[in-house]
Amino acid sequence: MTFAHRVAPYLQALPLTLILGVFLVVPIAVIVMVSFWDYDSIRIYPDFVTFNYEETLFSFVTWKTYLNTLKFTFIVWAITLFVGFWVAYFLAFHVRTATMQTVLFLVCTVPFLTSNIIRMISWIPFLGRNGLLNTALVDAGIVPAPLEFLLFSEFAVVLAMVHLYTLFMVTPIFNTLMRIDRALIEAARDAGASGFQILTNVILPLAKPGIAIGSIFVVTLVMGDFITVRFMSGGQSASVGLMMANQISLLQYPAAAANAVVLLVVVLMIVAAIVRVVDIRKEL
Amino acid sequence: MSKAAAVELAAVTKRYGTSVAVDRISLKIKAGTYCCLLGPSGCGKTSTLRMIAGHETVSDGDIRLGDTVVNDLPPARRGTAMMFQSYALFPHLDLVDNVAFSLKMKGVAREERREKALAMLGLMEMTPYASRRPAQLSGGQQQRVALARALITDPQALLLDEPLSALDPFLKIRMRAELKRLQASLGITFIHVTHSQEEAMALADLAVVMNGGRIEQAAHPRDLFNRPATPFVARFLGDHNVIEGRVAAVADGLVRFEVPGGPTLTAPAIAGTEAGAPIAVAVRTDKIRLGAAPDGLGFTGLVSNVEYRGSTVQVAFAVPGIDDFAVSLDEADFYRAPLALGDAVPLVWAPEHVHVLGHA
Repeated sequence: MTFAHRVAPYLQALPLTLILGVFLVVPIAVIVMVSFWDYDSIRIYPDFVTFNYEETLFSFVTWKTYLNTLKFTFIVWAITLFVGFWVAYFLAFHVRTATMQTVLFLVCTVPFLTSNIIRMISWIPFLGRNGLLNTALVDAGIVPAPLEFLLFSEFAVVLAMVHLYTLFMVTPIFNTLMRIDRALIEAARDAGASGFQILTNVILPLAKPGIAIGSIFVVTLVMGDFITVRFMSGGQSASVGLMMANQISLLQYPAAAANAVVLLVVVLMIVAAIVRVVDIRKEL
Repeated sequence: MSKAAAVELAAVTKRYGTSVAVDRISLKIKAGTYCCLLGPSGCGKTSTLRMIAGHETVSDGDIRLGDTVVNDLPPARRGTAMMFQSYALFPHLDLVDNVAFSLKMKGVAREERREKALAMLGLMEMTPYASRRPAQLSGGQQQRVALARALITDPQALLLDEPLSALDPFLKIRMRAELKRLQASLGITFIHVTHSQEEAMALADLAVVMNGGRIEQAAHPRDLFNRPATPFVARFLGDHNVIEGRVAAVADGLVRFEVPGGPTLTAPAIAGTEAGAPIAVAVRTDKIRLGAAPDGLGFTGLVSNVEYRGSTVQVAFAVPGIDDFAVSLDEADFYRAPLALGDAVPLVWAPEHVHVLGHA
């Protein structure tokens, strides 16, 4: 084999290696490195201290924040899964023409034509104390006084997150549902399955990879979210991302880095658990 | 096994919007018959099968299984089972669970249904593969599993939608024999949709040729081949030359007819034939010989193509006024005096081999 033959495969692999190296491996390595550094209120010092991890892992606030984040994650995951599955189901099985499917799918993506922040801010005039919804409810005599829990509350956080992330559940589930051979559903009906039995015995098992991928999207997005929590809770709720953002604004980079490493490990464990339950390789 | 049921269609019609897929067809299939619905794509054969199965609503007319009108019954309560074209095995279940699916839907306990499914897989000689997934099987094995899954419901009629179309030619012939054997041993009614006349010939007790949503002819394959009812049937079955013309004269039990722009030929007269009426006859390609013809029982054609087919040689001739005309010659005979493209050759057939076709 000539020199060129031996080198060619490495050259072909080089661009991707460089991109992954520069944009994934190096940043993570830097974060891990910084998480062991020391800091004071104005600067950070190269060092090797485990203090940042001790502070993160043994503080009551961290645990509470993690639990709160996990709570958001679970609630948002459950709601997006429910809503996302039925939207995808409707698109895949009840919309007959491919054109209509494309049109309705594009309608689902319309919220993404504006930025994340604008979408969240738009909730404020709608949900606020004197917002559209409260005014309408009070005027209609349904409630005596404006509802306070609508905005700047955990309810608002969950609502905004569901709004932001449902599409990430719809897309992969829709994809798997579209791949289900319609003859399978007929075969199930031929074997005497009722609509519900077809759903539980054929459609859900075959939609599992899509559900798993959607779940990974939603879980990682919600676990890392800080801006939704900050805006929609009005500072009354905490999340891991928000905690890190606060540490960064106080220039406590090593503490934020340690927090980031812990978050990364937690998220990877959740993803590993999902992948263990469902074989998504079939889908990729 | 349960008793076989007769299947009867009475003026069954299927409309999709304004287009008519199946047009008032009536058919009686006796219990225990192997029936093939045969025709080109779009002829309505699959729609007919799906209506019998209950996967398609009947627009008009009645479908009877045994003594019951099943028009409004769901598929599983008709006593039919369907085997799908691509088998439609559940990819997420192993073979036992695939076969046991209908039992599970009925609420049969797990142990009992697995036992029955294993027995059915045994009948299909698939026991060693019981714990595999469908994707790990060959086409022929998948077909056996699909059969097992359909038969476990104890159907009175088994409906097969192009069951052999996914197989390679050798396997096709083997699985064909298996289907025939299975039907004979179970004794239930099989209704098998196919576009292959060869398949229908090999399998059917009753072959139903369909075209444009109507039945052209329903008969035993031998009757179909020897006495095709219409030009369509003769052409679809192949090995027939269809000659169309206009009657010139009727005399002594013989019809003389003229092919426009071509030869004048004779055929046996059938009742009601009058001068000036259109007529079509079929002559089998293997009944034509080379040689000078008596009046009206042959003509001269130019060799336009020669195809070697093993035991026979198919020679196509260009004849004025006739679109396709082919002669099937014994291979040894042909090579004793081979024909070349462009040769002018006299062709002849015996009067008893002229079959008069009706008009559909």
